[in-house]
Amino acid sequence: MNKFSAISDWVLLFAFAAAVYSMPIWLEPLGADYPDLMQRFAIFGLFAIGYNILFGLTGYLSFGHAAFLGIGSYTAVWSFKLLTMNVVPAIMFSMLVTALFAVVIGFISLRRSGIYFSILTLAFAQMSYKLAYSVLTPITNGETGLQLTLSDARVLDAAAGIEVTRSLPVTNFFGIKMSGMPGFYFCATVLVIGFFISLRIFRSPFGAMLRGIKSNQTRMAYTGLNTKPYLLWAFIISGMYAGVAGGLMAVTDPLAGAERMQWTASGEVVLMTILGGVGTLLGPFIGAAVIKYFENILSAYNTTSLTQVFDFVPEALQPIVVDVVSLFVGSGWHLTLGLMFMITVIFLPGGIMEGVRRIGSIFSRKKPTAAITSTPSASENASGA
Amino acid sequence: MSKKTTSDWSRRDVLKASAATTAIAGAPMFFTKNAFAADYVNDPGDASTVTLGFNVPQSGAYADEGADELRAYKLAVKHLNGEGDGGMLNTMQPNALKGNGILGKKVEYVTGDTQTKSDAARASAKRMIEKDGVTMITGGSSSGVAVAVQSLCQDAGVIFMAGLTHANDTTGKDKKANGFRHFFNAFMSGAALGPVLEKNYGKERNAYHLTADYNWGWTQEASIVASTENIGWNTAETVLTPVGAGDFSQYITPVLNSGADTLVLNHYGKDMVNSLTQAIQFGLRDRQVDGKDFQIVVPLFSRLMAQGAGDNIKGIFGSTNWHWSLTDAGSQAFVKSFGQEYGFPPSQAAHTCYVQTLLYADAAERAGTFEPCAVVGALEGHKFDGMGNGPTEYRADDHQCFKDVLVVKGKDNPSSQFDLLEIVEVTPRAQVEYPVDHEMFAGGDLGTCNNGV
Repeated sequence: MNKFSAISDWVLLFAFAAAVYSMPIWLEPLGADYPDLMQRFAIFGLFAIGYNILFGLTGYLSFGHAAFLGIGSYTAVWSFKLLTMNVVPAIMFSMLVTALFAVVIGFISLRRSGIYFSILTLAFAQMSYKLAYSVLTPITNGETGLQLTLSDARVLDAAAGIEVTRSLPVTNFFGIKMSGMPGFYFCATVLVIGFFISLRIFRSPFGAMLRGIKSNQTRMAYTGLNTKPYLLWAFIISGMYAGVAGGLMAVTDPLAGAERMQWTASGEVVLMTILGGVGTLLGPFIGAAVIKYFENILSAYNTTSLTQVFDFVPEALQPIVVDVVSLFVGSGWHLTLGLMFMITVIFLPGGIMEGVRRIGSIFSRKKPTAAITSTPSASENASGA
Repeated sequence: MSKKTTSDWSRRDVLKASAATTAIAGAPMFFTKNAFAADYVNDPGDASTVTLGFNVPQSGAYADEGADELRAYKLAVKHLNGEGDGGMLNTMQPNALKGNGILGKKVEYVTGDTQTKSDAARASAKRMIEKDGVTMITGGSSSGVAVAVQSLCQDAGVIFMAGLTHANDTTGKDKKANGFRHFFNAFMSGAALGPVLEKNYGKERNAYHLTADYNWGWTQEASIVASTENIGWNTAETVLTPVGAGDFSQYITPVLNSGADTLVLNHYGKDMVNSLTQAIQFGLRDRQVDGKDFQIVVPLFSRLMAQGAGDNIKGIFGSTNWHWSLTDAGSQAFVKSFGQEYGFPPSQAAHTCYVQTLLYADAAERAGTFEPCAVVGALEGHKFDGMGNGPTEYRADDHQCFKDVLVVKGKDNPSSQFDLLEIVEVTPRAQVEYPVDHEMFAGGDLGTCNNGV
């Protein structure tokens, strides 16, 4: 059984990697096969996967993860400004600096659990946002956003003899330009690595410990185990994921704005995780992709494009249909998202992944198990479907 | 629960895995689309249409301006395609446009919401460039957003025709070869307002600044401080306020005790409506300081804001890029067709966006191509008239339009809900002109135009 589970994990990883790398092909019919959106899928997928390590495994609902996203972005842009346009140091620094912040914020916030933990993280995130927005403007450039300038130092680039032309330099991975499709493949690779690490954590004794905390922390404590270090590590790891995601945002577009840290951004990752399926491996990524898809595609519809879409409707009805539908697209896409979220939590409390499992169980003769995908029988079902 | 432990993952397994991952990672490189076969990015080629991107704030503190900008863009597209009464196409001098689209291609457009946030604006602009294949992006009502989108367009190789952006930086330290601004800027506001303020409020004033905390606010504050100190005013204090604060009372209370006799509100949009309304509720305008009536100045005025602020704007001085009550042929043609379409007069945001779209179309027509560098060449140093601001020039050195500036005052007896501002003075271009290397604009480089290939 052990052997089987190991094989199915590899299958899962490779299926995931194949799906991610082939996005430019299978997203084409959905109109989402352009680099910027696919980069977003990968980046926010990584963000949600990391968030899920904390929320999905330990059940600690952090409402302030966007702070790490922002810190990662600012760090990466500063690395571009001061050191080099190469993305590797930027990502490394994003990860390290976010880890430092996560240690501090986590150490304080994890003194409480439940709603108090959520409020503490929210408070920290809002503090970070306000600091970035108006107090620390010399570091963050406030509302305008931190941007590259021609006069930046870039000491490593300068030392390597890279001359400054009249236009701004672009981010690169040892010479490969990190915008457009190469940028997507870079983000996708980081996402696959992130997914692999998350998979390993899910399967490790450490992951089991985190699940133990989720099901009954008091009982864990009675067995003589100190749960705090485990929680703190989970918090730091998920913070680092967010930092890397923030760093990737700066890699694909070297600009960092304070609104990345706003509470709405923190709420968004919670939505992503719940929509996709809390505590599942794939769910957070799917949730992130769905939300980003809606945000970018639905919000772009206007009355003119809707009229084209509903060309087939009789002319008398057309304005009515367009008027009704236009409430749900354009700037009203949040309404669609809200409805979808409600439907999901009411009918599929386990998120989209639960829907997938239910459909899978229809095709399988075995009784569906309530446990998460990590149980061998469930994986068997999934692979059999 | 998990059954597998770390020991199950042998070195061999890991090696196999990494080899396979590399293979998978390499595979999609063969599928990468050959998107850059053309001479420039988003070349419409033989297509019968060309797409423009209208990136405006549909939510946030500047949403009113964004809505009006979008109306103007739709009108401009109509006129370019030969529908409607043609608006300024009839008054624009010189004019290469024929009312059959641009270069014979029908004009289509896509819209996006900047949310008045740099991040969202860039995401939306990227979608337009990568997915919708636009050759030009225009719009925006915030200089923070304008600067962010302008640099994106520069990197991507499309033209950016700035909408409403008033910060010196847009054509100052953040100027870009692919970006153009028709709107006036903070320095021009200061230069135009200075003499008028001196004439009305004298040489001895103590000014307190409340400033929106981003690049526009910063440069406008610097410009107004410089110009008022030039006429002998003292600057009591300058305070930065966050954008979209809603409640400004905590910033207005200190004004009462500061000894200042003039409040300069470097705010725009809903922020200005809120801060002005609250300043007046606090009784600032009924106060006397050292025998002088307390005065409020709003350096950047717009009719939309005046409408929002109601009676509070009466008698308050400000500057504006354009106002619908102007009587030249261009303004009248635009006001007429905008009014027929929407039932009310256009704002200055609508005007500048409309003009920018026409100017881009005309430049492409004259250049005979949509190639960004050719369009840049056609716009640089371009002199035109009949667009509502009198003779105007796109200065080649910084891509800023130079034209007359209007100093306005809130009308005491408005005749309608739109007739809220009266024009006090038309400041001639010569008085607001500055050298390219002026200290408030220094530090940037236009760079070279980018075709994106």
